[in-house]
Amino acid sequence: MPSGYSDKVMEHFAHPRNVGVIENPSGIGKVGNPICGDIMELFIKVENNIITDAKFKTFGCGAAIATSSMVTEMVKGKTIEEALDISNKAVAEALDGLPPVKMHCSVLAEDALKAAIDDHLKKTTGKGLPGFKPHEEHE
Amino acid sequence: MDHAATTPTHPEVLEAMKPYFSDIFGNPSSIHSFGREAKKSIDDARDNVAGFIGARSDEVIFTSGGTEADNFALEGVAYANEKKGNHIISTPVEHYAVTNCLGFLRERGFNITYVPVDSTGLVDPEDIRKAITDKTILVSVMHANNEVGTIEPIEEIGRICREKDVYFHTDAVQTFGHMPIDVKKLNVDLLSASAHKLYGPKGVGMLYVRKGTKIVPYLYGGEQEMGRRASTENVPGIVGFSKAVEIAKGEMDQLDPKLLILREELIKGILSNIEDSRLNGHQTKRLSNNVNVSIKYIEGESMLLRLDMEGIAASTGSACSSDSLEPSHVLLSIGLSPEIAHSSLRLTLGRQTTEEEIDKVLEVLPRIVSKLREMSPLKKNFGT
Repeated sequence: MPSGYSDKVMEHFAHPRNVGVIENPSGIGKVGNPICGDIMELFIKVENNIITDAKFKTFGCGAAIATSSMVTEMVKGKTIEEALDISNKAVAEALDGLPPVKMHCSVLAEDALKAAIDDHLKKTTGKGLPGFKPHEEHE
Repeated sequence: MDHAATTPTHPEVLEAMKPYFSDIFGNPSSIHSFGREAKKSIDDARDNVAGFIGARSDEVIFTSGGTEADNFALEGVAYANEKKGNHIISTPVEHYAVTNCLGFLRERGFNITYVPVDSTGLVDPEDIRKAITDKTILVSVMHANNEVGTIEPIEEIGRICREKDVYFHTDAVQTFGHMPIDVKKLNVDLLSASAHKLYGPKGVGMLYVRKGTKIVPYLYGGEQEMGRRASTENVPGIVGFSKAVEIAKGEMDQLDPKLLILREELIKGILSNIEDSRLNGHQTKRLSNNVNVSIKYIEGESMLLRLDMEGIAASTGSACSSDSLEPSHVLLSIGLSPEIAHSSLRLTLGRQTTEEEIDKVLEVLPRIVSKLREMSPLKKNFGT
C-alpha cells in the first residue's frame, strides 16, 4: 500500500471535486499516457479572461486523482495569467505534500492546466502558449 | 485479501516460540544443558520440516527467509559449478529474489537464458529442454507464481533436468504449506520456502539441498547448518516455522477445497458483475487462494486505496503502487499491455477468509469500479 499520503490527499481522493466534462469548453488539456499509468483530461471554461469553471477526468493513482481535484479547485476564479503561475509545487503544497515518487502527478496536473490554457489561446488568438511543451513522463 | 504478501502468525506458533525467547535461550552450539536443549529443538524442527517435503534432515538448511534461500541456491550452485559451465536458465516471471540475483550473476560472467511463458504464465518444459546446452549448470523455475498464481509443471521440468544432468531449483514460497510437496516426486535438487507465508514468523525460511548437490556455503563462520550457513541459529524462528509446518500438515486437506470454492466464487462474481474485466493467469493450474483480475479503464492503486477505506487489503501489479513506476514484470511477460497491467488487482485468500468476506468484496468492488470509471477518461460515456 502506498505510504505517506497526507490526510488532504486522501480526502481529495475519496471526495474528488469537479469530476466530469464541460460541454463546449474553452480549452481541453490532455496529458500523460496509459503506458505510464496516468492520463489526465482537464476542461476549462474561460469568460473575460477568467476561468469560471474547471472539470477533470483522470485515469491514475490516488495522487493523480487528488492533484486533478486540487488543481481544478485552485484555478477557478483566477485569470489566465494567475492560473499560469500555479506550479506543480503549489499543487503539491496545497495537498500538504506528496511522497517523492508521486511528485510526477503534480507535474502532470500543472501540465494539464497549461495544455488547457494553450488550447484556449490557440482557439481565441490562433497562437498557443509561448514555449509550452508538456514534460516527458517520469523524467 | 492479501495473504500472498504475508499471513498472521498462528497463535499456536507464537505460543510454541515464546519459551525460546526466555527460558530456553541457550546457544545451540554450547555444550551445556541449556545449549543442548536449544540444539534439540532445532534438530526436531529440521526432522519435521524435512519429513514434510519427503527430504532427509541433513538436506534442510534454515535461512533468514525465502529471499536468502533463493540467493543461496543460485549463487551457491553457480559458484560451485562454474568450472563445468556458466549457463543458467530461468523464466521472466520469477520473484525478484531470483531475477535480481541472476542479474548479479550475469554481471559476474554467467549467461542467463529466460525461456518465455504463455499468456497464462505457464512455462513449456520442452522450451527448457531446448535451452539446455553443455554449459548449462542450473535451471530455476518457481513452483507457483506469486502474482497470478499459475502453478508450473515442476515435475516435468525436473525430469528433463535429471535426464540432462543439470541442477534444478524451485522457489516454492507460495506453495510450501499450501499444497503437498514431495521433493523426490518433483525431481528438484533445491527448493526454497519461507515461514511467514504459512502462518509462521517472519525472518525464517529454508533451502532444501539434495544430498550430493555441489554448492558453496552462503555464510562463512561457525559450523552451524552443516557448515553451509554459519551464524547462531534463529531458535525461536525455527521452532515457530516447524510449528507452522505441523499445523499446515494437519489443515491442508480441509483448507484447500474450502479456498477453491471461495476463489471460484470470487472470480465468477467479479467477471460476471464487472464488465470489461478479465482473469489473469491460468484458470485451473492456479493456487487455490489466488485471484488476479484486470479491470479495464481504472488504475490499480486507486482501487486499492478505495478497498482499503472499506477495510479490504489487496495488491496490484500497477506501477503506481511501487517505487519503480514500471508495471509488474509478470503481467507484462504474460503479454498484457501496460494499460491492462496497471488495471490489475490481486486478492489472495487465507485460512480465516470467510464466505461473508467474499460477499463483501463482491458488494463493494463493483461500486468502487463504477465510481472510478466515472472519473476515467478511458471509458467514454460510462454509465450513461
